[in-house]
Amino acid sequence: MTLMATRCFDEWRDKSLGDALVECRDMVESPEFATVQRWRDAGGKVVGHFQVYFPEEIVHAAGMLPFKVRGAPMEPNLADSHFGSYLCSILKTSLDLALSDQVQMELFVSLPICDAARNLAAIWGRNADYPSQILYLPQNPNSSGSVDYLEHEYDRIRRVIEEVAGVEITNADLSGSIVVFNENRRLMRDLYDIKRRTPWLIAAEDAYAMVALAGMIPREEHNELLRTLIPMIRERDAKQEDRIRVVFEGGFCEQPPFDLIRMLGRTCYVVDDDLLIGLRYLTQDVPTEGEPLRQLAESYIERSSYSPVQHDLRKPKEEMLIQRIRAADADAAILAAAKMCEPGLEEQVTYTHALDDEGIDYFVSEFEENMSSFDQLELQVETFVENLLFA
Amino acid sequence: MTTREHTEQLVGRGNREGAALFKEWFAELDATAKSGGLSAYVFVMGSLNEILKTFDLPVVFPEINSLQTAVRRVAHEYLEIAEDYGYSPDICAYVKADVGTQLRGGHHPMAQIPKPSITVLTNACNTYIKWAEIWERMYKTPMFTIDIPGTRQAGGQTWRGDPDFEADRRYVEVQLRELITLCEEVTGTKFDIDKFREVLTYANIMSRSWKRILELNQAKPSLFNALTDGTIYLGVANGLRGTEAGARYFERLVEEMEFKAANGIGQTIDEEYRLLFVGVPCYPIFRRFNELFTDWGGTFVNSTYLWFASGGSNRGFEYDLDDPLASLAEGVLISVRDAMDSMFHQNTVLAGMARDFDVDGIIYHPIKSCRTVSTGLADGRKHMTEELGLPSLFMESDMMDRRVVSEAQMKNRVDAFFEGLATRRRLAQVDTKG
Repeated sequence: MTLMATRCFDEWRDKSLGDALVECRDMVESPEFATVQRWRDAGGKVVGHFQVYFPEEIVHAAGMLPFKVRGAPMEPNLADSHFGSYLCSILKTSLDLALSDQVQMELFVSLPICDAARNLAAIWGRNADYPSQILYLPQNPNSSGSVDYLEHEYDRIRRVIEEVAGVEITNADLSGSIVVFNENRRLMRDLYDIKRRTPWLIAAEDAYAMVALAGMIPREEHNELLRTLIPMIRERDAKQEDRIRVVFEGGFCEQPPFDLIRMLGRTCYVVDDDLLIGLRYLTQDVPTEGEPLRQLAESYIERSSYSPVQHDLRKPKEEMLIQRIRAADADAAILAAAKMCEPGLEEQVTYTHALDDEGIDYFVSEFEENMSSFDQLELQVETFVENLLFA
Repeated sequence: MTTREHTEQLVGRGNREGAALFKEWFAELDATAKSGGLSAYVFVMGSLNEILKTFDLPVVFPEINSLQTAVRRVAHEYLEIAEDYGYSPDICAYVKADVGTQLRGGHHPMAQIPKPSITVLTNACNTYIKWAEIWERMYKTPMFTIDIPGTRQAGGQTWRGDPDFEADRRYVEVQLRELITLCEEVTGTKFDIDKFREVLTYANIMSRSWKRILELNQAKPSLFNALTDGTIYLGVANGLRGTEAGARYFERLVEEMEFKAANGIGQTIDEEYRLLFVGVPCYPIFRRFNELFTDWGGTFVNSTYLWFASGGSNRGFEYDLDDPLASLAEGVLISVRDAMDSMFHQNTVLAGMARDFDVDGIIYHPIKSCRTVSTGLADGRKHMTEELGLPSLFMESDMMDRRVVSEAQMKNRVDAFFEGLATRRRLAQVDTKG
């Protein structure tokens, strides 16, 4: 299948690093998702996939744009009446993007990450004139049947996507897409390596924007952006400051507002995080030999990160968090959870008890994607940081 | 025996015997806790009693334990303990009441609750997984998730013979075999296929009976209250699934309901309005919640609760004893998927119920605690109203936490709803006469 060579995000090109990063931030911060419209204007089709992990390679192999549906910092005026109270914001703003035609797509796929997300697929389907599906990622990755099952499930979604795209997705197409995404994974690892080793070279919000773009522009274009900017970041002449190093945990699904990340970046070095972890979920290259769907399935089961929405006996989440903190040589953790997020709030309790046992400092907070006032939160974070610096 | 004597013996027998069995079940748990015996923690949507009872494991349903603290009006004590431990007011209160129970060393108003030797769950509710992780960490005992792939798209269920269905079924069967191995390790007992068949036979009787009982409530007047009586039946359906006592209870319940249907014996009130209930009951004010409706002559003739909280047994799936494990995999897949459908795609279910049970209205009761049940209800109701034109009431509260239960506000809403129903009926009569 011939991939479309549409470019959706040119604003950063031929600019200084600082100016390029401003363009990245502006594009990610905007609830307009202009890149998706540009793709469509060029005749492209779109598959929206909800948080956390989705095998985007299958969509890419069909020549479609995989769009990461991650809510938006806006009021869900149209979607609000479709939901009751006591629900997280990302559900509402995501649906609002569809109801308002802000983001148009040919297929929406939700994942069984939580009870609300599974309901979302049904709600979406009742309100959109295109198909809405659930891709049932295995909830028992420790079963010896999980890879076989997942390979078949990926094949099922391949058939669905073929129908929507109107093209056949061959193994060669898939292998080609895996190569593109492998490069992307490597570049993302490079970016996070910079965060961990030399966090003074890249502000928290800039790194976040660079990652988030992966979910809204063609992956080849994202690779080009990372290939260009990462060396510029490495060559930056920035001085290390006396700040504490923190790991931010709690951004696996609903995203904290950009200003919250910016505020944290002003106060401390965010040396690792789980923000948009789904875009970085596979921790190693996917092998390019053999059956591509099998390789994608095995990679998900055997070589992937962790989040509160997956139970895996090999990856107790509190141990994974401690590992993340130690690997990043962090002084403390920011344990955040989106308001009304059942898995996030539940995991927070485990994290706090585990970090207590390990003697690792942490700051606990809740957020909502469209919150706009951070004064009190900033004061609390500053107090936490000062306590650590001057203890 | 005269009809009157039959009536005295049969009517209400299910409630009396259900309550007695419920007490016996908790007495068994109490004895298990005190003797330090083995027990399995399970959930209502896919308990896998079929395997656990083959190993003679007493089963603990923490959801039922938690709701009992609410019915007995002590839930707040347990919730406070969990919240002091760090759990947010915004998460499932069933989880928190259970955490409170565990932190109190298993002390519960109905019994001493044994600690888990093993936890078995499905993904029918994602919170099951988070909940089981708590015990896994607390007691270092194994948890086993039977992953049941659900319906991928509204109306897109697949069935036997379809390659997609067979892939799902194979995955479930592999997991069931792994669960059996784990149970052998935990209990030190070899799996007995003959005993397994016996357990499946009892489960078949129960499923067949449960389906029949639900159908019988199409009678006019309806025979039992899906909200209150139904909750008693559900308790037995879950706790005693796969046991002889459970099977006999349901056979006798069918006998009672058939007798009532044949003799036109309805519920204890005169039925004015036939209602469907969607959501989970308001346990903190269980009796009064029900009276808000019965005071107006409203009876609950069916509910999605009786479907999903029975793990989809409403379908009446019967296992093939000649190929028991493959058949269990198929049955669990179909039944638990159905339980999920009655929450995520409840409109199809409700349209069928509304037709078969000739209802006057639908009561939606989303609850703060449960996103599984509640997330889609507002949108579902919107579409349901457009499609069926049936009157409905949407009323939020909780099944555990009395802090979000406002009885006066509820009463106002319910009264207004029934006034609307009455007006609608009068207008319809005028139209007919005109």
